[in-house]
Amino acid sequence: MRLRTPLGNARGLGSAHEGTEVFWTQRLTSIASIPLTFFLVGSCLYLIGADYEAARAFISSVFAAPALILVVIVFVWHMCIGMEEILVDYVHSPALKFAGLIFNIFFSVFLGLTGVYAILKLSFGA
Amino acid sequence: MAGTRSPTERPLSPHLEIYRLTFTFLMSGFHRVTGFVLYFGMAIPVAWLLAAAAGPEWFDFVNGLIGTFLGRLVLFGYSWGLIHHMLGGVRHLIWDTGRGLDLVSIEVFARATIIGSAALTAALWLAAYALGGL
Ligand code: HEM
Repeated sequence: MRLRTPLGNARGLGSAHEGTEVFWTQRLTSIASIPLTFFLVGSCLYLIGADYEAARAFISSVFAAPALILVVIVFVWHMCIGMEEILVDYVHSPALKFAGLIFNIFFSVFLGLTGVYAILKLSFGA
Repeated sequence: MAGTRSPTERPLSPHLEIYRLTFTFLMSGFHRVTGFVLYFGMAIPVAWLLAAAAGPEWFDFVNGLIGTFLGRLVLFGYSWGLIHHMLGGVRHLIWDTGRGLDLVSIEVFARATIIGSAALTAALWLAAYALGGL
């Protein structure tokens, strides 16, 4: 038996009930992407002309590794939400839409895991 | 209004195709296009990181690819897309606060995005070449 009144259940939910997390996460990752973009571009400039050992030393450094992991996670998260929005906006055939949504998650998880794995391997691996 | 019938034609909800193509409209669409391109472009930094993790041979191979004319062109496009999308994103974030939604601001934002992204990308590549590389 539920003891809450219908009004109690409805209060505070607004008309959207749910779904605002997607909007919120989109803004959150957008804001986080700004400094991360500066970091990524700056890293590229710093690494111009660097040989393998120098690049490896930079990527695995205590300063760069966590920031690079953030770049990968935040960018991939943001682009995954963005692509989902594009797909539901333009792809109307259910079969194609679900194929696209599945591909989107596979592709995003693949890129995210691969990127983080590479940074961790350079940091801790042999 | 069930049951009421009108012989007059009612306006339909406007569709993309009937809008006049304006500069601000184009810039709005460009934000989505750059987001779409950056989506697949994300494979570039990940491939580069993976190559570094795979060892010197792979690292030199991928760096060699990036060093070709086509590789630089792709990287140039990627950097422009990223900077353009970032500036366009900042514009969106300002709009989210309820500011800058008047026609003048929208026009100014659109111009600032394209001019700013072109200038920043040019500065970035000048810096890259000045740093003696790529
Ligand atoms: C650099 C900082 C970035 C900022 C400030 C930013 C901001 C934004 C914002 C505010 C939106 C929502 C636009 C809307 O509501 O219509 C958006 C959409 C999107 N972004 Fe980003 N973004 C950034 C970087 C990236 C990156 C690196 C990628 C890809 C790896 C990306 C991919 C996308 C995609 C696919 C969309 C969906 C396009 C759309 O719905 O119009 N963004 N971005």
